[in-house]
Amino acid sequence: MTTIAANPADHHAHDADHKPAFFARWFMSTNHKDIGTLYLIFAIFAGIIGGAISGMMRVELAEPGVQYLGQWASWLSGSEATWDEALHMWNVLITAHGLIMVFFMVMPAIIGGFGNWFVPLMIGAPDMAFPRMNNVSYWLTVVAFIMLLGSTFVPGGTGLGAGTGWTVYAPLSTSGSVGPAVDMAIFSLHLAGAASILGAVNFITTIFNMRAPGMTLHKMPLFVWSVLVTAFLLLLALPVLAAAITMLLTDRNFGTGFFDAAQGGDPILYQHLFWFFGHPEVYIMILPGFGIISQIVSTFSRKPVFGYLGMAYAMVAIGVVGFVVWAHHMFTIGMTANVKIYFTAATMVIAVPTGIKIFSWIATMWGGSISFKTPMLWAMGFIFMFTVGGVTGVVLANGGLDDAYHDTYYVVAHFHYVLSLGAVFSLFAGFYYWFGKMSGRMLNEFLGQLHFWIFFIGVNVLFFPMHFLGNNGMPRRIPDYNSAYAYWNEIASYGYAIMAVGVLIFFINIAWAFIAGRKAEDNYWGEGATTLEWTLSSPPPFHQFETLPEIK
Amino acid sequence: MAGANNHDYHILPPSIWPLVGSFAALTMFGGLVMWFANAPYGSLVGGAGLIAVLFTFYSWWIDVVNEAHAGDHTPVVQLHLRYGMILFIASEVMFFVGWFWAWFDYSLFPQPLVFADGEITNMFGQEGADLLAQWPPQGMEVLDAMKLPLLNTLILLCSGTTVTWAHHSLINGNRDGLKKGLWLTIALGVLFTALQAVEYIEAPFTMAGSNYGSAFFMATGFHGFHVLVGTIFLIVCQFRVYKGHFTPQQHFGFEAAAWYWHFVDVVWLFLFATIYVWGGWGAPTH
Repeated sequence: MTTIAANPADHHAHDADHKPAFFARWFMSTNHKDIGTLYLIFAIFAGIIGGAISGMMRVELAEPGVQYLGQWASWLSGSEATWDEALHMWNVLITAHGLIMVFFMVMPAIIGGFGNWFVPLMIGAPDMAFPRMNNVSYWLTVVAFIMLLGSTFVPGGTGLGAGTGWTVYAPLSTSGSVGPAVDMAIFSLHLAGAASILGAVNFITTIFNMRAPGMTLHKMPLFVWSVLVTAFLLLLALPVLAAAITMLLTDRNFGTGFFDAAQGGDPILYQHLFWFFGHPEVYIMILPGFGIISQIVSTFSRKPVFGYLGMAYAMVAIGVVGFVVWAHHMFTIGMTANVKIYFTAATMVIAVPTGIKIFSWIATMWGGSISFKTPMLWAMGFIFMFTVGGVTGVVLANGGLDDAYHDTYYVVAHFHYVLSLGAVFSLFAGFYYWFGKMSGRMLNEFLGQLHFWIFFIGVNVLFFPMHFLGNNGMPRRIPDYNSAYAYWNEIASYGYAIMAVGVLIFFINIAWAFIAGRKAEDNYWGEGATTLEWTLSSPPPFHQFETLPEIK
Repeated sequence: MAGANNHDYHILPPSIWPLVGSFAALTMFGGLVMWFANAPYGSLVGGAGLIAVLFTFYSWWIDVVNEAHAGDHTPVVQLHLRYGMILFIASEVMFFVGWFWAWFDYSLFPQPLVFADGEITNMFGQEGADLLAQWPPQGMEVLDAMKLPLLNTLILLCSGTTVTWAHHSLINGNRDGLKKGLWLTIALGVLFTALQAVEYIEAPFTMAGSNYGSAFFMATGFHGFHVLVGTIFLIVCQFRVYKGHFTPQQHFGFEAAAWYWHFVDVVWLFLFATIYVWGGWGAPTH
């Protein structure tokens, strides 16, 4: 990794701190830090909505039978809901939860928020390569979210809203959902996809072209590496999704037969196209998290990351292999044994670079002078929980086993362990790590640790029982269940409540920081924090590095 | 804000266009949804959104051109623009991968389809269905690849050479050759689009009713749209040539248009080879 020789002239360069007026600053921004802040605020807002929706789901699932869906559907439509409309409400909830958490919470926070804030800082650049295009990425994400929220209030077939699942499988999303809701959801994905593609172009150009003198690729911090790999995944995967959902659109509105078997079309084709995007997408959500965890583990162990090059190229390997494993999401479509064998084997290969990362993080801590500050707790929680999710992933990679596990709660448990306890843990880790740098105020260490432990206990109580439910055959995406599943479902719903208390403490902590938080020093983590952002003031000047730093 | 900088990067002042463009896109898609749903004023809202999107493109790029003239496009910023354009084209390639994927799915794993009167019937599960599985579907009349499509291939290949002629003229300071080469390229682009329109009108199938028609029209249709965009890009370049915007040293706008043009050219070659020639092999022609 890198050692830094900051330019003292750049430090506290107050003439670089001239900010535009309010509207120009926040609505017409061309500043990577302001746009990053906007992304983070947006992601927190979307996360509250997506999290509230999962709360509704846990309330409904707390006991067998359908208790609340009819009432919620009635509130939404303003008239007494039928049974079918009540069940449709469930589909709307799972669809909205999935789409919001993936496209409007995790991605905007981890790439738009932390990527925007810290990629230029870490490579010693004054801003992104295309500052104006950076802002259109943000605002397209906002209008995409408006489009998605709007879809909830228009007919989607059986009731109001798009009830297709986040995967938008045909024919449920074509002939199965008449009405504008699904069209709106599709256009929302088009807009969010365009935003991400432009963002990917911006990040790749920035990282290749704007590194400070001496910052070779092999000296780049691992977070920058992770965003670079992620940007390539976005650039190459999202256009395929755009094509797939455009086919949905024409099947729905112009009579084409892409996914209509009666016209010779192939519904399985949609699944192939979707998962050719969808599998890289899951790495898009987790790779920047890997990068954040690497920075944090190194900082709080006061050691450089163990096996830096191996860590960087493990992410490259995950990105490359991630493009050729997509059909493990589709083991039950009736593929031949040979295809199944290939996709099983290829999927297991990904465990190798992922294992390299896990063991290198542990080796980084080994013999280090570890301080258990809040970000480090989140990072260690990440390593532990992500490994659990990774291990169940290896189970699910087996085509034969997946015949039984497909569409059960075991799958739900698996992907929440890598996302809610993986990606989200890395988000909180990054937030606690960088909040002082971004805002200039320190969060409360006690509240941070309290948040961690309550959240950690809550999500494990919430998601671990889902393994048992899945093992016993409880299907996902169904609002009602056999009373045999009642016990663990009730436990899981209690887990949600515990987690929600943790999130409440998170918000209290942010409020505390702005009211009573102590002023953040330039490098408040001390000698372990060696990347370039720690050479700047907290918060950094409006335009940093007006004289580029030299990397030795 | 410039002036204090000791680097060659381009630090931009605030701009309204990202905000305007995003809400214009929202209006455009909102109007489209209304139009799909047969709601009143759908086409009006969608049209207004489209105009606002186009206006944003125009205003934004006017800003970019003015910044180039103001000297903001230093060598490193020009390199940014090159990277940006190449990456954008890479994402476009992946967009077409999706459409080719559909085509190969249908053609490599054919269903027992029978085509009659503009509609396809899927005979799957019926007696003798196995013998019907072929591509193009039974009874499907396809376009003769060796007629208009071949001519269009030659037209696009030819336009690839004329745009290179224009580029070399530009580099060598030969403005006359630049204008001629560019005019010819634009004319060939327009000719291609016109012939494609003729072909669409004459086609014995439509985008609705069969997977063959759907994949054919959407793949070639999106290519046609890209040709249209590329032609407009070249026309803008020609306009800028007459305004004297390009120098032998700095003319990235032109190069981006040329790259884009070569990209649509290559996509066409793949369409011609896999959809028109290979994908229609053995079928009766119209």
